[in-house]
Amino acid sequence: MLDTALWISLTLVVAALALNVYRMVVGPDMPDRLLALDTMYVNSIALIVLLGLWLNTKDYFEAALLIAMLGFISTVAVCKYILRGDIIE
Amino acid sequence: MTLLWIPLLTLLGVLVPVFTERYGRGVLSLATATLPAVALALTLLQIPTLLEGDIPRVSLAWLPELGLDLAFRLDGLSLLFALLILGIGLLIILYAAFYLSAEEASGRFFAYLMLFMTAMVGIVMADNLLLLWLFWELTSLSSFLLIGFWSHSSEARKGARMAMTVTGAGGLALLAGLLLLGDMVGSFDLGVVLESGDAIRADSRYPLMLVLVLLGAFTKSAQFPFQFWLPHAMSAPTPVSAYLHSATMVKAGIFLMARLHPAIGDTALWGWIVTLTGMATFLYGAWFALIKTDLKAILAFSTVSHLGLITVLLGVGSPMAILAALFHIINHATFKGSLFMSAGIIDHETGTRELSKLGGLRKAMPVTAVLVSLAAAAMAGVPLLNGFLSKEMFFTELLDTPLLGGLGWLLPTLATLGGILSVAYSLRLVHAVFFKPAKESPPKSPHEPPHLMRLPVELLVTVCVLVGIIPAVLATGLLDLATRAVLGEALEFHLAIWHGFNVPLLMSVLALAIGILVYAMHSHIRRLARQFAPVDARRSFEQGTQTLVAATQAITLRLENGSLQRYMSLLLGASLLLATLGLLDLPTLAGDKPSQPLDGVLILGAALLIFGAVGTAVTHRYRLISLLMLSVVGLLVSLTFARFSAPDLALTQLSVEVVTMILLMLALFFLPQKTPRESTAKRNIRDLLLAGSLGMVVASLNYAVLTRDMSSIAHFFMENSIPGGGGHNVVNVILVDFRGFDTLGEITVLALAGLAIFKLLNRLRLFMPHSDGEGRLWSPDRYPMILTSVSQALLPLALLVSAFIFLRGHNQPGGGFIAGLIAAVALILVYMARGVEWAQSRLDFQYQPVAIAGVAVATLTGLGSWAFGRPFLTSAFGHFHLPILGDFELATAMLFDLGVFLAVVGATLMILANLGKLTTPHRPSKEPATTTPGKEKKS
Repeated sequence: MLDTALWISLTLVVAALALNVYRMVVGPDMPDRLLALDTMYVNSIALIVLLGLWLNTKDYFEAALLIAMLGFISTVAVCKYILRGDIIE
Repeated sequence: MTLLWIPLLTLLGVLVPVFTERYGRGVLSLATATLPAVALALTLLQIPTLLEGDIPRVSLAWLPELGLDLAFRLDGLSLLFALLILGIGLLIILYAAFYLSAEEASGRFFAYLMLFMTAMVGIVMADNLLLLWLFWELTSLSSFLLIGFWSHSSEARKGARMAMTVTGAGGLALLAGLLLLGDMVGSFDLGVVLESGDAIRADSRYPLMLVLVLLGAFTKSAQFPFQFWLPHAMSAPTPVSAYLHSATMVKAGIFLMARLHPAIGDTALWGWIVTLTGMATFLYGAWFALIKTDLKAILAFSTVSHLGLITVLLGVGSPMAILAALFHIINHATFKGSLFMSAGIIDHETGTRELSKLGGLRKAMPVTAVLVSLAAAAMAGVPLLNGFLSKEMFFTELLDTPLLGGLGWLLPTLATLGGILSVAYSLRLVHAVFFKPAKESPPKSPHEPPHLMRLPVELLVTVCVLVGIIPAVLATGLLDLATRAVLGEALEFHLAIWHGFNVPLLMSVLALAIGILVYAMHSHIRRLARQFAPVDARRSFEQGTQTLVAATQAITLRLENGSLQRYMSLLLGASLLLATLGLLDLPTLAGDKPSQPLDGVLILGAALLIFGAVGTAVTHRYRLISLLMLSVVGLLVSLTFARFSAPDLALTQLSVEVVTMILLMLALFFLPQKTPRESTAKRNIRDLLLAGSLGMVVASLNYAVLTRDMSSIAHFFMENSIPGGGGHNVVNVILVDFRGFDTLGEITVLALAGLAIFKLLNRLRLFMPHSDGEGRLWSPDRYPMILTSVSQALLPLALLVSAFIFLRGHNQPGGGFIAGLIAAVALILVYMARGVEWAQSRLDFQYQPVAIAGVAVATLTGLGSWAFGRPFLTSAFGHFHLPILGDFELATAMLFDLGVFLAVVGATLMILANLGKLTTPHRPSKEPATTTPGKEKKS
C-alpha cells in the first residue's frame, strides 16, 4: 500500500520538477524564472523526504532540513539583485 | 662537538654586523672579528689531536633518507684551508674597515663576508659530499652578493651575474657528479668515498663522473676555458677580490680536486684532463697578465695563471707534486692576498688603478713600495721568498712526470715559458707603479695609508719572507698534516732553499733572466698584442645570455600565450588522448557486474540534470539566466548524491551551492549583464567536438569502472574508521584523520585566498551601474521588512543547526566544513537583510583573525600529537562517562574539525562580507528622483 502511494507521489513530484524546469526555460520574465527555481527547491524537499521513506533511512532528513533552511537564501539573493543590483549594501 | 662550533660561530657571525653597525665602524669591525677569531682559536686547539694521527669528526643525522648528514671533519687538508680562510679572513676584516668609505653599508658588507666565510669553512670541513655541495652553492651565492656589493654600478652587477652563472652552472655539474659518485660508492660519507678509490676507478661510469666533478672544480677555480668570469669579478670591492679571488673561493675548486684525489685521481684520464687544462690556464693567464694595464686585471689574470699552476701539479698527482700543490696554495694566498690589498691601497690613495696614470710612487709610499716589491718577487719566484720554493718544486715534478711519454720535454718547456711570463708581469707591476717616472699626475696626491690598513699586508709579506728563508721550520708541520690527509700516509720530505746545481734551478734562472729581457721589450709585445682583435668576454657572455633569454621567452610565449582556451584545449586534448588509449585496450566496455535497476524517477532526474547543464552552456551570454540554470544543476547533483547514499556530499553540495550563488550575485553587479557574441562558428564547432568527445570518453570510462569488480583503498577506510579514527562517519574520519594533512593544507589555502581577496578589495573603486540590464532604475526599498524579520528569526536556528551538524559530524553525516558553511550563510543573510553597517556594528569582530585562528587550531591539534611522541596529526579518542549525560566519546579530531569550522566561517565571511562592503562607502545614498529624506530615515 505504502509502496504504491510512494510511487505515485514520487512520480508527481518529479513531474513537478520537470514543469519547474520548463517554466525556468520559457520564462518569460526573470521573476518567473526565479519563482521556478524557488519551487524547485521546495519540490526537492518533498523528493528527499519521499526518498528517505522509500529507502527506509533517516540519513536524508538533514538534507531536507538544509534545503528548507538555506534554499530560499539563493532566491533572496537573486531577488535583492533584481531589485537593487547590490545584494549586500 | 667543538668541530661543529667552528662553522657555527662564523654563521652566527653573520648576525653580529647587523646588530653592531649603529655603534660605528670601529666597534663594528672589532665585533665582527670576534667570532671568527674564536673559531680560529678552536681550530688551532685541534692541532694536538691531529698530530697524534687522529682525525676529529662529528656527525649529526640531518636528512638520513637522502644520505645528507651534518658531518664535519678536520684533517690536515681541512686544517690548512681553515687556517687560510679564517686567518686571512680576519686580516680582510681589518683591511675592509679602512677600505670602505664612511657612507657605505659596512654592516651589510661584513654580514656578506661572514656568510661567505661560513660557506668556505663548510666546504673544507664537510665530511659528507652533499653537505660539501650545499656549502659550495652557498659560496656562489654569497660571492654574488659580495661582487655585486656596489650594486649601483652596472659593471659590478654584470660581473656578479657572470660569476654566478658560471660557478652556478659548474655547481650543477658538480651535483650531478657527486650524486653519481655517491651512487657508485653507496654512501655520501667522505670517509667511505675516500677509501673506495679502486672501486670508483673500476666503475664504468667513472669517466662521466670525473668530467662532471672536474667541471665544477674548473668553473670555480677559473680554469681555462671558464677563466673569463674572474677578471670581471674584479669590479668587486678590493677586500673581496683579495679574499675571494685570490686566497679562498677560487681555491675551492683546487681544494675539491685535492680532497677527492684519493678517490677519483691517479688515472690517465685524470692526468690528461687536469694537467693540460692547468697548463693552458697557466700560460693563458700569464700572457694576459702581461698585457693588461689595469692593476687589478693584472692581478686577476696572474691569479688565473697560478691556479693553473696548482692544477697542473694536482694533475701530475705524484706525492711530491701534491705536496708542491699544497705548498703553493699557501704561498699564493699570502703573496697574492697582500698584492691585492696593496692594489686597493694604491687605488685608495691615488684614485686610479690604470698603470699608465701611475708611476714614481716610490717616493710617496716608500713602505708600500717595499712590501709590493717583496710580494711581487715572491710571485715571480725570486730566491729567498716562498714563491721560489714552490715554483722550484713545480719545475722538478714536471721534469719527472711520465705524462705525455715521448713528448715529455714539452711540459717543462711550457712551464719555463710560463715562469718567464710570470717574472715579466711581476717586474712590470712593481716597476710601472713605483719606479718608472709618472707620465701624468694621478687624480689624488698619494701618501702612505693608515698604518692599520697596511698591517695585513705587512703580516702577509712577513710570512712570504720567513717561509722563503726558513721553510723547514714554518711550513713543514702543516704541510705534513695536509699531505697525510690527501695521500693517506706520511710523506718523507724536506723543504730547503738549496738543492745544488740542477735542472730546476737552471729553469728558474732562465725564467728570471729571460723574464727581465721580456719586460725590457715590453713595448714590442704590447704592439704585437694590439694586432689581435680583443675578445671582450663580457660582451660575448652578455650576447649569449640575451640569446638564451630570448629563446626561452619565445618558447614560453608559445606555450603560455595567456589564452585560457588554449590551455584548456591542450590539457583536455592530452587527457582525451590518454583516456582513449586506455579505453581501446579494454575488450568490452561493460564489465561483469550487473546493472542496477532503472526507474522512471532516475531517468527523469538524469534528463533534467543533462538539460540543466546544456542550458547553462547555451544561455551563457545571458548571465543571470545561465546562473539560474547552473543552480538547477547544483540542486539536481545534490539530489543525486542523496539518492545514491552519499548524505555528506549532498549536504556539502547544498551549502556550497548557496554560497556560490551569493558570491556570483555579488560579482555580477560589477559585470556586464550580457556577454557579447565572440566566438566564430568554426571555433564553436571545434570546442563542441572537443567537449563532446571528452564527455563521451569520460562517461565510457566511468561506465567501464563502475561495472567491474575492483579493489580500491576504500575498504581500508571502511575497516579502520572506527578502530583507527573512532568515528562511524567514514567521510568525516577521512577528512579529519586519515587525510587530515590534506585538509589542513586545504583550509590553509582557503584562509590565504580569503586574505588575498581581502587585500585585493581594499580601497578598490569599481564602476556601479545605476540601473539594471533593461534600463530600469533600482528599487528604493533597501531593506525589505519581511526579509529583515525572517533573517533575524533564522539566525539562531541556523546557528543551532550548524552546531548540531558540527557535533555529530564524526559519527553521522556532517562535520566542520558543512557546519561552517551553514553558519557563514546564516550570517551573510543578516548582511543582505540589514546591510553592512547594521551587521558590522553587531558582529563586532574582524574575520581575518577567525580564519587564522582556525588554521592555528588545526595545526596545533596536529602538533599536539608530538607531545605524546606520535607523528604529526595522530588522533586520539576515548569514551567517557558523566553522571547525567551518560556515555559519550571525545576525539582530538573534534578539535581539528573545530579548526576547519573556524577557517571556513572566517574565510567565507571575509570574502563575501568584503565583496559586499565594496559598494557601501561610495554608493550614492540618494538615488535619482526615488528617495526622499523621509523615506531614507524609515528604512
